[in-house]
Formats: sequence, structure tokens, C-alpha cells
Amino acid sequence: MLDKIGIAKRIAREVKDGYYVNLGIGIPTLVANYVRDDISVEFQSENGVLGMGPFPYEGEEDADIINAGKQTITTLPGASFFDSATSFGMIRGKHVDLTILGAMEVAENGDIANWKIPGKMVKGMGGAMDLVASAENIIVAMMHTNKKGESKLLKKCSLPLTGVGCVKKVVTNLGVLEVTSKGFRLLERAPGVSVDTIKEATEGTLLIEGDVPEMTV
Amino acid sequence: MIRKTVTNVQEALRGVEDGMTFMLGGFGLCGIPENAISELVRLGIKDITCISNNAGVDDFGLGLLLQKRQIKKMISSYVGENDEFERQMLSGELDVELTPQGTLAEKCRAAQAGFPAFYTPAGYGTEVAEGKEARDFKGKMYVLEHAYEANFSFVKAWKGDDAGNLIFKGTARNFNPCMCGAAKITVAEVEELVPAGDLDPNEIHIPGIFIQRIFQGEHYEKRIEQRTVRSRN
Repeated sequence: MLDKIGIAKRIAREVKDGYYVNLGIGIPTLVANYVRDDISVEFQSENGVLGMGPFPYEGEEDADIINAGKQTITTLPGASFFDSATSFGMIRGKHVDLTILGAMEVAENGDIANWKIPGKMVKGMGGAMDLVASAENIIVAMMHTNKKGESKLLKKCSLPLTGVGCVKKVVTNLGVLEVTSKGFRLLERAPGVSVDTIKEATEGTLLIEGDVPEMTV
Repeated sequence: MIRKTVTNVQEALRGVEDGMTFMLGGFGLCGIPENAISELVRLGIKDITCISNNAGVDDFGLGLLLQKRQIKKMISSYVGENDEFERQMLSGELDVELTPQGTLAEKCRAAQAGFPAFYTPAGYGTEVAEGKEARDFKGKMYVLEHAYEANFSFVKAWKGDDAGNLIFKGTARNFNPCMCGAAKITVAEVEELVPAGDLDPNEIHIPGIFIQRIFQGEHYEKRIEQRTVRSRN
């Protein structure tokens, strides 16, 4: 089974040379730490920066340079700043190659819910609805089940949707699944996790074709 | 040169009244018009509608207007980090319209650029699109969203000149440029106001035509919301 860092490491392998990547808050943010250093990648933050670098050294924080999580950041050579309309133009115009974000639920048709739980305080969708409606390639990073042990990979989302039919791949603590027209196709198992364990934890249609390999992280 | 400079924040905000709609730049606490917000608090005007990506924190940014219950309605994409906001929203004192962030930016830009409305894929199939016109373009569904209408835009820039030309710094740019010229009157406050001619025309982010009033801001706190650092070792 993978921990959050394991999920981030596995997703980092989906990041290819020449990609512009938008990372969501939480596990997705960790992905930047594990991308191979022999490829060229730029990270976008939707508040208006391309070419994000690591957190600043203590004492070098700049209130005017933050990411979409409102954290102080630095920029790398080649970075640029831009306004919010331009930023979402990059996203809507499909110039950003890969979006990695978290979710509360994913349905077997690619629907995603990650912004609202009825009855609880609603904080808002931020940029998530724009990102999922536009990106060509969306990978969801999440735990396979919720705190109550219920599956987060469902036939149909029960929570209010963020976007419809948009998720392409899901990486969880149990494995890697691809969203297909027939349901979730199991591509890889996490180390030490059996197909049966994944079957039990998946409410949506699970497609198992031949021997499913165990991933190497 | 058409001069846009006014002497202070009081003059810059002349004409604001109860019940008006304002656009306010900023992302979180980054790039917010601190001086204009302080003056709105001092004026004590009520029942205002704020179009702003976020709602500040309890004791800073738009949180200051919320504390005084001056805001009737917030139009934002994300409103966490504010207990007073939550209390007013749950009690029904405050009306909240949540809008996807890219749609919010574009509704400002559309107002600036003279588009009455536009189609976006964001929110299609979700509750955000309920009651709105949807349309198929080349096999993908889009939602019709209308440009905002506002009485004033309050923006914050790094440098500006007497002609109203603006230059922003870092990610403090965010929604500020999109809101310039998107309301009947745009008020820009800057950290450094210089005479016309001192800024290189090649470096201007927003031309002064979009700005009606510009003033030298004072006492910027520029509070950091999430101070994240790494160790030198």
C-alpha cells in the first residue's frame, strides 16, 4: 500500500519532458518533489505564475510571490507572472498539458466531486471547475476509501459535481486506474496489494484484464 | 497627458454609496487594495456587493468590512479562512455567490473589453450551470456567463504614473488587471507613484485609459497568509 508520498512519487512518473503542469493542493503539491531532474517541466499556479520553484529560504519570503495555496514560493529561471484571465486562458485553451488534483469522489464515467459536502461549510470551488472542464489530461490523486472505509471510486458520484466525464486516471494508495467507457480499468497494483483488496474497495465497475502488475515506485 | 492623479484615498473614493457593487483585486491577501478597503471601513457605507476572488481573513482584507457588516453579498470563488464570514453566511445575513475562478476573472475581463457574455466549459453539468443557457460547440458543452456590472473597481499595483499607467509585481497582479476598466470608475492605488514619462511604455501592464483615479498608497502591511520556507541546511 502507498502512503501520500508514494502516491506523489507514482504520479511524478506521469510527468513527461516538456510538460506544463498544474498541481492542486495536498498530495498533488508533493508531486513536484519527485519529478525526474533530467527532464524539463514547468509548474503553473493558477493565481498567475509559470515556472514555480521551491519554498523560499527563511527571511527571503516575498508577500507578492505566492502559489494558489497562498504559500510563499520562489520562481525558477524562465518563470513568468500574468493576470488571472490569462492564467485561465492557458488552462481553458489547453496549453497546460497535465492537471493533478485531489478528489472526494470519482465516478466510473470520469465525473469528479471535490468541492462541496452538503450540510458542511462550503468554501468554494476555486479554480477546480475551470481546470477539470478544460484540461485534456487529468490525474486524480486520492485515497481509495474515505475515513469511514467507503469507496471513493463509485458508479455515480453522490456529492455535488465539480465536472463531468473529465478524469482520465486515478492514482490511489491501492493502485493506478484508468477511466474507460466501460469503467475503471486496473493498470497497476500498489506494492503488496492484491486484486481482491482493490475489488473490495471499489464500488464502481472494475475491469481486470489478465495479470495486473505490481507497480515499481 | 491626461492626468489621473488624486491627492489621497478620500478623494479617490468620492462617490461611493450604500448599495453599490465593487470589484476588488487580489488573491487571498496578495495584491489587495489595502487603502481603499480601509477607507470603505472608515466611510461605513452599507449593503455593498463585493466581487473579489476571496473574502480576506477575520482581521484583514475584506474581513474588515465583514466585521462591520457592511457587505450584503460576496461574489467569490473561494471563501475559506474566515470565521466571521462563515457565521454570517450560515445565519443568512450574507448572500454568497460562488463562481469558478476562471469564470470570475473572465466576467471581469469581459466587462473591461466590451463583451456582454461568453461561453465557458467551466461548471457545465454542475449546480453552477443551473438555470443558465448551455450550448454545444464542436461536440463539447459550454455555459453562457454574463459580464459583471459594477460601480467601482479598486485595484492595487506596484508602480503607477500620473497618466494612470500601471505595473504589477509578482503574483500580486492576479485579478487586478482584469478589473481595470471593468467598472464605471476604476481607482488604482500604487506603492510608488511617479511622474508621467518615468515608466518605460514598453513595460506598462495596464494603460492609463482603463483608470479614472490613481493615488499613492500608504502603510502597506502586505500580510502573508501562509508563510512557507525551507531550511538552509
